[in-house]
Amino acid sequence: MSAEVTPSPEFDEAPPVSPFKLLGTLGIAGALAGLLLVTVFQITQPSIQAYKAKVLRQAVLEVLGGPQEYETLYVVDGALTNELPAGADARALEKVYLGIDEDGSPDGFAIPAAKPGFQDVVSLIFGYDPATGQLRGMKVLANKETPGLGDSIEKKAWFTGQFAGRSVPLVAVKKGTGSGDATEVDMITGATISSRTVIKAINEALERVRGMVDAYRPGAAGAGGAER
Amino acid sequence: MKATTPTQDLMRGIWRENPVLVQMLGLCPALAVTNTVANSLAMGIATFFVLLGSSLLVSLLRHLIPNEVRISAYILIIATFVTVAEMGLEAIVPEVHKALGAFIALIVVNCMILGRQEAFASKRPVGRALLDAVGTGVGFLIALFLMGAFREIIGMGSFLGQPLFGPHYEPWVVMILPPGGFLTLGALLIALSWFQKRRAAGAATAAALAAEGGAA
Repeated sequence: MSAEVTPSPEFDEAPPVSPFKLLGTLGIAGALAGLLLVTVFQITQPSIQAYKAKVLRQAVLEVLGGPQEYETLYVVDGALTNELPAGADARALEKVYLGIDEDGSPDGFAIPAAKPGFQDVVSLIFGYDPATGQLRGMKVLANKETPGLGDSIEKKAWFTGQFAGRSVPLVAVKKGTGSGDATEVDMITGATISSRTVIKAINEALERVRGMVDAYRPGAAGAGGAER
Repeated sequence: MKATTPTQDLMRGIWRENPVLVQMLGLCPALAVTNTVANSLAMGIATFFVLLGSSLLVSLLRHLIPNEVRISAYILIIATFVTVAEMGLEAIVPEVHKALGAFIALIVVNCMILGRQEAFASKRPVGRALLDAVGTGVGFLIALFLMGAFREIIGMGSFLGQPLFGPHYEPWVVMILPPGGFLTLGALLIALSWFQKRRAAGAATAAALAAEGGAA
């Protein structure tokens, strides 16, 4: 081992460094890092937002099952309105999506819902038709349930597919034991808690917004939605 | 510190001092996100990018960073690259970003990366630091890929999402759950040490034979 490298001077009895130099180094480094991050943020943000909007649009149209267009409605003071109140932040408001037919008439609502599941909050969106009182479809937007078991609520097509045409409020039944009633939803074996979470989330969300949805009159903009 | 050749700097991290399989560093991502091949590769590539960028900067700035604040400076550099990697992944492959979740941000505290800065990049010229970063990053990627492939094939019966076996294959769900990470790592380490023991025994036998031959 003849090739010992002599220790570099800065690790060996370095003269005391001025605190201002330390402060300056970290200050400049922090400023540069901040600058870089802001630049990258500005560059990537549009495509991140576009992706999120695309995912939402696909989900809304999927659970509406028919309409190719929709309108975003905001929940303001216990009523739905298609006009964002002045000064309000759209992201902070609860939203419901109204399906619009080709001829411009309203056709069903897509309603987001969320509820704590087995591990974390399960968020989903479902389509509801106030005219028939039936669901149009259901799609899980985000879940952290157990891979292979609980996450079947998002991945198993027979589970997600059975919500279309069901009447509310939904009743959870063990798979294969239902009596064929229109309110029954089969749970997934091995994912009872996750399945029940989906069903409860839909029931609770509907209970909350059903009055508003039934009361909403499209075209009557602004406060018109509050008439009963 | 011993002098090393450039080839040694590059190759060391890939096999003989593999960060995960030999040094046992960076086990948190190695256990947490290797449930599928795609996640393993994404995590491996993100870590590779962070390691390369950090080593480059730390090595370039090694004379400018005062010794007293070097750790803070390294963390700042690493955190910046991690944030860039996170935003990049979210913009380019949002599905993978969603699957990896919090673990991308946790690359900051991957001790493998800070270890390479403190032990190597801060004391070497840029070229050597980059070679070391490439070697270590590739070693990490290989280890994650091995774990991801093993877990996805057994736990889901697929590779990169393509089903491998017929519809009658019943996946071992436990392999894609957290315990499966520990089982896989254990199995890999057993295989590795068995392989090394055999090699050592083989070398010993060959040496003994040679000695016998010389005596006869």
